[in-house]
Amino acid sequence: MIRAPRSKSRFSLRDTLMSYGFLAPALILLTLFTFYPLAYGSYLGFTEYGGARFGQGLPPKWIGLENFRTLLADPLFLRSLVNSVKYLIVVPVLQLASLAVAVLVNKNLPGMAFFRAAYYVPVVTSISLAAVMWDWVYNKDGTLNWVLGAAHLLSRSSMFGWLNNEYSAFWAVMLVTFWRGFGYYMVLYLAGLQGIPQELEEAAVLDGASSWKRFWSITVPMMKPTILLCSLLSTIAALRVLEEVLVLTNGGPLNSTYTALMYVYSKAFQGFNFDYGLASAAGLVVAAVALLLSAVNFRLFRDSSGDSV
Amino acid sequence: MSLVGQAAPTRTAVRPRRGRKLGRLVLRYVLLLAVLIFAIFPFLWTLAIALTDKHGGGSIYDFPASLFPRAVTLRNFVEVYTTFSLGKYIWNSVSITAMTIFGTLLVSALAAYPLARFRFPGKALIFGVIIATLVLPGETTFIVNTLTLKHLGLLGTHLGVVLPTIAGAFGIFLMRQAFLGIPQALIEAARIDGAGELTILTRIMLPLSKPSLAALGIFTLVGTWNAYFWPMLVLSAAPDKAPLSVAVLRLKGQFNYDPFNIAAGSIIMMLPVLLVFLSAQKLFMRGMEGAVK
Repeated sequence: MIRAPRSKSRFSLRDTLMSYGFLAPALILLTLFTFYPLAYGSYLGFTEYGGARFGQGLPPKWIGLENFRTLLADPLFLRSLVNSVKYLIVVPVLQLASLAVAVLVNKNLPGMAFFRAAYYVPVVTSISLAAVMWDWVYNKDGTLNWVLGAAHLLSRSSMFGWLNNEYSAFWAVMLVTFWRGFGYYMVLYLAGLQGIPQELEEAAVLDGASSWKRFWSITVPMMKPTILLCSLLSTIAALRVLEEVLVLTNGGPLNSTYTALMYVYSKAFQGFNFDYGLASAAGLVVAAVALLLSAVNFRLFRDSSGDSV
Repeated sequence: MSLVGQAAPTRTAVRPRRGRKLGRLVLRYVLLLAVLIFAIFPFLWTLAIALTDKHGGGSIYDFPASLFPRAVTLRNFVEVYTTFSLGKYIWNSVSITAMTIFGTLLVSALAAYPLARFRFPGKALIFGVIIATLVLPGETTFIVNTLTLKHLGLLGTHLGVVLPTIAGAFGIFLMRQAFLGIPQALIEAARIDGAGELTILTRIMLPLSKPSLAALGIFTLVGTWNAYFWPMLVLSAAPDKAPLSVAVLRLKGQFNYDPFNIAAGSIIMMLPVLLVFLSAQKLFMRGMEGAVK
């Protein structure tokens, strides 16, 4: 008796209808292109779908864990998974470099705004342009070999195309990921650095702390949330590398750059397999690894942050 | 004697410190320049190749001569534009990008308004679910989305590229934050004057959140103009409808190998984004920083 009028005033019918009216376009699109594919894609991972079935208009057929068994027995998938995990090497390197560059530009000196902007330009560069440009750098006759030749690190006769070589292609692709990423993380770290109270630094200077000491005992602890965020973003991005591989090497040479998401893409769309079921299953494995790594990231940082002390 | 003896220690005490400071400053700039070269060298070289007169002799791989073109020309730009009918792909890019920006701003603003201003059942859940899309791993979404587009008859169309990308957590969240910052008194006053909700949204909320709209628009522009994988997938059966980002790579495959034209095409593709970025750089960086705070 007392509650009825109150709950009536909590939500007015007019506001509710209006709200859902305004939200409708976003909700419909999100449902159709985000939530439904998440759910249906997960379901497809347990079905046989695509190929001949798809051509005949037959619906997905439930086959349980069969796809996952196929994946475990497929050396190409295992190779792609190993490559994806190996690709995580870029994360610590990228984070340390971005933080270092952020410290470098975080000072009011002439030209700093220019440097910050210039470092960000690779971030706003399309992967297709990066592919065109880096192709010339990595070419057998490209700039990288020229620099190495000029420094007498590589002789003219032993030069090779960095993307065509089974042993170098993987690292060459990773360098492009690094190139496109460091400006992005630099800006995030810069924001974190500028959030550190000036008084802390000044007090430490008065206490005679060296800049190295100040960095480790003030900057790094204060930056912990930013570092966690960046390493998390970077870990997920590294695990999901697809475009770089697709445009630079298409997985080759000899599958040396074939990553897990490349496997998902090529099973579904390359050649004439259209093996949506198997590709979805592979996608689920990648998603599971991504979630696991996120959890590890959180755990790692919580344990090392010294909060318990 | 004693004067010199006194002067010497003070001088030695001051000089190394000042020298060290200067040394550090020089070191800082040396490092900055090294990173700069790493960041922009590929662009500079591409620009050099694009401007080189290909009939002037010499190879693009003739270092370091090719970095400083002897004969500068704009002919490569004209040539790539006409022989590859680049105008068509530029138009495709413009069409896809314009539709995406318009759709994103519209859908985000509409959705953000009730999330910022109204109380209704399910609000917290809806907001939570939208934010959750930022972290949900969507490794299989592109497969199902292409199937959906096929069912809808949108595979191979610009609308098919655009529709799945316009409702996103980033845009909705950004607009909600902007709307939250607008004083409630303004809205109450408009309601008393008899304004409907749509009028309030278009006449008060949107004009007052112009900076956020601009930021979202620019982010969307850069992202869409540069997007490669999704348009490539949706338009794989309709090569004539491909945007520049997809066409440029085809150019690389087809003209195997006229680097001068490819470089010119690349510069043409990069120019709009570069101009937008340089003119809205502060907004851009602040938008990025906003993601942390």
